[in-house]
Formats: sequence, C-alpha cells, structure tokens
Amino acid sequence: MKNNWWKGLAVVLLLYVAVAGLLMPVPRLAILNESIRNLYFHVPMWFGMTAVLTASVYYSVRYLRTPTPQLDILSHEAAKTGIYMGFVGLATGSIWAKYTWGAWWTNDPKLNGAAIAMLIYGAYLVLRSSFQDEQQRARISAIYNIFAFAAAMPLFFILPRLTASLHPGAGGNPAFAKYDLDSNMRLVFYPAVIGWTLLGFWLAQLASRVAFLKQKVYDKQLA
Amino acid sequence: MQLVREIGYLMQKDFRLEWRQRATLSGMLLYVGSTVFVCYISFALRGGELPAPAWNALFWIILLFTAVNAVAKGFLQESRGRQLYYYALVRPQAVILAKIGYNVLLLLGLGGVGFALYALVLGNPVQDVPLFLLNMALGAIGFASTLTLVSGIAAKATNSHTLMAILGFPLMIPMLLLLIKVSKNALDGLEFDASRSSLLTLVALNMIVGAVSYLLFPFLWRS
Repeated sequence: MKNNWWKGLAVVLLLYVAVAGLLMPVPRLAILNESIRNLYFHVPMWFGMTAVLTASVYYSVRYLRTPTPQLDILSHEAAKTGIYMGFVGLATGSIWAKYTWGAWWTNDPKLNGAAIAMLIYGAYLVLRSSFQDEQQRARISAIYNIFAFAAAMPLFFILPRLTASLHPGAGGNPAFAKYDLDSNMRLVFYPAVIGWTLLGFWLAQLASRVAFLKQKVYDKQLA
Repeated sequence: MQLVREIGYLMQKDFRLEWRQRATLSGMLLYVGSTVFVCYISFALRGGELPAPAWNALFWIILLFTAVNAVAKGFLQESRGRQLYYYALVRPQAVILAKIGYNVLLLLGLGGVGFALYALVLGNPVQDVPLFLLNMALGAIGFASTLTLVSGIAAKATNSHTLMAILGFPLMIPMLLLLIKVSKNALDGLEFDASRSSLLTLVALNMIVGAVSYLLFPFLWRS
C-alpha cells in the first residue's frame, strides 16, 4: 500500500473530477457555454500525454546507457500509453470542435501539432515492428524516440504561439487564461490534470507488467 | 582538432565518390529537373500564372522530396563492410558530422539548381531574394541534419525506403511550416523584422537537431 498511494489518489481525484467537473458552476462565456467543461477532460489528456512521453524518453535514455530488456519494455509501453492519451485528446477535442466551431477538424496550428505528434509516434511503432532482432529493435527505437522527442516536442509548445490560432487560449479566444479560468474552475482543473496524469502512469505500469509477464512466459518456453 | 581532420577526410571522400560515380549526382539533378517540369506542365495546362502561395508550397514540396531522396542514399548506399572499416578508423561523431556537412552542401546545390529551374519555367515572384536564399540555406541545414540521422536509422531496418519517409516527414513538418512562412514573407517582400522570430526558431531547431544527432549517432553506430 505504501507504494500504491498514488493510484488511490488518482481514483479519488478522477471521481471528484467526474462529479465536480460536470456539476460545479462554470462561468457563462459566449460560444463556449457549457462546453467549457471539456477543459477538465481534453486539456489534461495533453498534460498526461506529455508527461508519459517524457517518461518514455527517460527510459530510452536509460536504455542507451545500460541496455536491459526491462527498460525497453517500460519505454515502449509508456510511448503506447502516450499514444492512447493523445487519441483520447484528439477525440475529445474533435467532438468539442464539432459543437463549438461546427467542424470536426480545422486547419489550426494546435490541431496540426497534435496530429504530427501522433504521426511521429505512429512511425515509432512501425519502426519497432520492422526489426527482427530484439536488441537492435530496442536500441534503434530508443534512438528514434529521443530524436523525435527532442526535434518535435519543443515545437508543439513554440509553434502555436508564433501563429494565430482559433484554439481557445490563443489569439484572444476565451479559455485557459487568468481572466476567465476563475477560481471555481481551478478547483477542478488542477486535480483533473494530476488525476489524468497519474492514470496515464498507472496504465503504463500495468501494460509494462503484462509485457514483463509475457516475456517471462516466453523465456520459460524457450528454456 | 583530430575530429575536424577526420570530418575533413570523410567529406572529401564523399565528394570524391560522388564525382567518380556521376550517375547518382546527375540522377538527382535530373530528378529535380523533371519534378519541376512536371509541375510546370501540370500548371501550364490551366494557363495563366501560378498564385504566390501555390508557387511557394509547390517549391517546398519539390525540395522536400528531393531532400528525402538525396539524403536517403547517404547511409543506404554504404555497405556493411565499409561501415566496419570506418568504425576501425574514425570516431562516430566524425562520421555523422561529415555526413551532415556533405548533405548540407548537396542540398544547397540541389536547392540552388531547383530554384533556378523553377524560376525559369514558372516565373520568379520572389521580391526579397537574399532573404529567400538565406531561408533556403537554413532549410538545407535543417533537412540535412534531420534526415541524416533518420537515414542512419532507416538503413538498419528491413523496409528502409518506406521507413525513411514515414520517420522523416512528421519530424520535418514543423520545420517546413516555419520555412514556408519565411519564404512567403520573402515572396511578399516583407521587412526582415517580420521573419526574424521564425528565422531564430529555425536556427535554434537546427542546433537542437544537430546536437541530438551528434549525441545519438554513437549508439546507432554500435550495432
């Protein structure tokens, strides 16, 4: 229990977010209206994705220093979890956009950045599957993971700020800014970010455990 | 100092090889030429002049594909035995820096020829040529440093040519967006201040990509 307190925290926070996020009062803003509640579900996905992918890069770096199959599995499963969270982020954003902007997808720097991130990690998965040798697969996908993260990730935080965007939070559109994220919303938003991020790590941990077990079974069969 | 000498030798070797088997070099030049001509023919059918945004986008797409094709052969062409030979002679950092340097010069040459041909057949709406050329040089450096490591990664896998595109394109989209933006500014003859921040971001991006390639290549090399 001592090491698993954060899982309990994740459950409590997410239950709170689900209830409070849907029931607590939110500011009445034009266009956004009740859809502002998506802030509690859509935005934390990206926070969680970034955190989990950073963890994946961390394991890749450690793999390159000391190559062990465990580190490779951890990095791979963290990357996969990040991809899932990214897809949920895209889906929640897309549904939100349909009702607020009237289109599932618009040509917007933030949306394009998210799509590129998904393409990069899709390429990572394809790269992994195109090696027969396990050690080579582990090392080369670790290299690509670090390279892609360093080359593309900073840009997702810089590029949208250089260009005008329709996305909330940019170009004077109402969203996550000091004047409209009122204190009531903060009460839910910050727990939501922490909760979803913890859930992301939990998922990655579970997936890694399954992968460890699979590896064990495989090794036993070989022996 | 030793490193600089090794880079010098390796680049010299690359140029000498290129010069001796002129087929690949002339093949690439012809590739640029025929792509430009295909674009010219397909737009000439409609008659009238190409609007500036389309001119710009088309030019960069041509350069992008040329770059992928030109850089891809860098590591794909080197046989395993020759790689081992370098391994015994020089340090890995020299290999990657020499390859990047060689590819930068190659892409500069190809980009210059492409621009000349393109302007010849499709007209030259660029109002600020020095800025356009500076931007193209930054583009060549960026494409070369991104694609060189990617080609090194792809060369290790089985389906290298597909991998080259799917690994490289998403990584290059952010760079490409910045390049297209600056080159549009050059086309419209905007003041330098309008493109300064994008140019600085490009320089920073090139440095990140170069540094990460430098750090990661020794690991890629070992296999």
